[in-house]
Amino acid sequence: MLSIDILLNAVVTGILLGSVYASLALGLGITFGILHIPNIAHPTLVIAGAFFVYTFGQWGFDPIFAALIGLAPFYILGVALYIFYSRVFERRGGANVLQSLTLFFGLSLVIEILLALSFGSELKSVSVSYIGSSLKLGLLTIPYRLLIPALLGPVMIAAVWLYLSRTNSGTAIRAVAHEERALSIAGLNPASVKQHAFGIATATAVVAGAALIMIGPVEPFAGRFQIGRVFAIVVLAGMGSIPGSLAIAIIIGVAEALVASYLNPSWAPGVAFAILLLGLAFRPQGLFGAAR
Amino acid sequence: MKTRREFHKLAVATAAGLVAPAVLGSRAFAQDKPIRVGASVSLTGPLASTKNGLIGYELWRDDVNAAGGLLGRKVELVIYDDQSSAANVPAIYSKLVDVDACDVLFSPYGANLSAPVMPFIKQRNLFMIGMFGLAGNDVAKHDKFFHSGPWGPNSGRDWARGFFDLAKAQGVKKIAIINADLEFSKNAAKGGAEVAKEYGMEIVFNQSYPPNTTDFSAIIRNINAGDPEAIFIASYPADSTAIIRGVKEIGISDKVKLFGGAMIGPQYGALLSSLGPELNGLVNSHTFVPEPTMQTPAIKGFFDRYTPIAVKQGVDPLGYYIPPFYYVAGQLAAAAIIGSKSVDPAKMAAFLHANTVDTIAGKIAFNEIGDWKDRRVLMVQLRGIKGNDLEQFRNPGHQVILDPPSLKTGELAAPYNKARTS
Repeated sequence: MLSIDILLNAVVTGILLGSVYASLALGLGITFGILHIPNIAHPTLVIAGAFFVYTFGQWGFDPIFAALIGLAPFYILGVALYIFYSRVFERRGGANVLQSLTLFFGLSLVIEILLALSFGSELKSVSVSYIGSSLKLGLLTIPYRLLIPALLGPVMIAAVWLYLSRTNSGTAIRAVAHEERALSIAGLNPASVKQHAFGIATATAVVAGAALIMIGPVEPFAGRFQIGRVFAIVVLAGMGSIPGSLAIAIIIGVAEALVASYLNPSWAPGVAFAILLLGLAFRPQGLFGAAR
Repeated sequence: MKTRREFHKLAVATAAGLVAPAVLGSRAFAQDKPIRVGASVSLTGPLASTKNGLIGYELWRDDVNAAGGLLGRKVELVIYDDQSSAANVPAIYSKLVDVDACDVLFSPYGANLSAPVMPFIKQRNLFMIGMFGLAGNDVAKHDKFFHSGPWGPNSGRDWARGFFDLAKAQGVKKIAIINADLEFSKNAAKGGAEVAKEYGMEIVFNQSYPPNTTDFSAIIRNINAGDPEAIFIASYPADSTAIIRGVKEIGISDKVKLFGGAMIGPQYGALLSSLGPELNGLVNSHTFVPEPTMQTPAIKGFFDRYTPIAVKQGVDPLGYYIPPFYYVAGQLAAAAIIGSKSVDPAKMAAFLHANTVDTIAGKIAFNEIGDWKDRRVLMVQLRGIKGNDLEQFRNPGHQVILDPPSLKTGELAAPYNKARTS
């Protein structure tokens, strides 16, 4: 079964899936990679974003448009979460990783239960005209269900990367993780900068949620299955390398698709961690991270 | 002056007089005390879509209590949330038995959650009704365990045999099998492969995939490369959706006559309404559909009461797959208690082994390990679905029964490509 069409389709499917994985990992790349806050609730926030999109879908809104509407409320939610986090930990002299993990683990449980109580535990999906049809390009058959969510990833990542690298407030976000006191000396409030960064990270969750619910139905507990993969992407990319996370996500996506096509689909979930272990063995700082 | 003998008589009479009210009182108390029926239900977690079964339990309890209870005692349900986690199950059932003193137990939902409790009930010699655990008692072989679900004997291998009977009748020689890497699906696929071999079919593709796989394009392309005439799928709701959408996107050979078999999801209202016409042509297992051969006043009466409660609770408004069999579980327990005039596990079990019980799902007789003596899993073909309106599924003709022959309401529409687009 080594026909060229299966190989080509597997590679393209992998690229598309990788792009979606990058959307899922972007928020964690900001909170964990840049701010060093291990927000393991991020995949659950993505699911909350998917339910936001689902709700607007019930009123006839396209998922992408619904995601754009959701950017502001999710940004505010992120700011509120960071204020809570900083009041619990940072004002008391900082949190250790275990405390932070416990807090965000608890937060993800609370969000899951709230979603289950509000929407029930059954699968929810969106109905859009382009779901179910495909783009045919020679030997390639590309489902729009994958193609359109996959296009969201690079667009969103490019926007965030440009913001972080070309604007003053973006530079402040990158600076706050390196040297908080220096930022204070420069006249900026590190807490405000972190709030803003956490808000941006949480806002990306609604776009990632839109991508996820376009690909397939979601239920309140679906975020649990994404935690491992998104952490692998962020760590392997080099903790905070935004373009690097897109590259790593695509590598993982293509590797998973090839394993599913030529070996056994059951092995696919292990691919991300196999690549993570191999990558870290050769470059402990991550493939796109700077050595510190 | 009293003699010593008279004194002894007086002492015995006095003692009897003192003790008798206590003894009689405790007996009266035991009779007044409700019969406690304990179970865990997945109210939260990934299996929470099965919680509509609780409505079945509660309707049964209300009916029994309205009729005066069992053996003159009211019935009380003791329910805990297992959070869909097998790790929670042993502690819950220990509490149900040792702290709550339940007289009858219903198992958790399905094989994954039921497996941890089977050694416990066998060791403690308890009476249990099993809830949808496929082949749940095949290992423990506990003689006081009875299935409420219609899997039938040798269910690990045979429960989906109807799909292969249909394939055989269509002259299928090459078959593909895919399954999720989870207990139920793995058992279904393993059993299906054995039946396919028994029928002389060549298995051209046999592969499992991890839970929560969202893209099946690679698998569908590999299946197409094998050129099968039937595809047996054992999947869970999210993957069922992805597979059906994947077939629509990638396409499938016109040679495929049967597609489906053991897909979990198209039995539930959520998937029926979300996929709508995309389900046309699918041949899949079910436990109840509103076809003329299955509609009885009893089951109709059950759904007349179930639907408004389900709508109010925001759970599956159709509820064809699970809730009736939760009510059946109660009916089986009631029959055992009334028939044996006892809540003694051995007497209740002996009654169910020796008698046929009339339930809203029909007459049920059990073999020695508590399987239904006759398999009554349905193979239905979804047809004529237009739009995403859930109400259409309440009408006959959209879930046509192809197997078993005794309940059949139509012939297979094949090939699959024609059936799904017509």
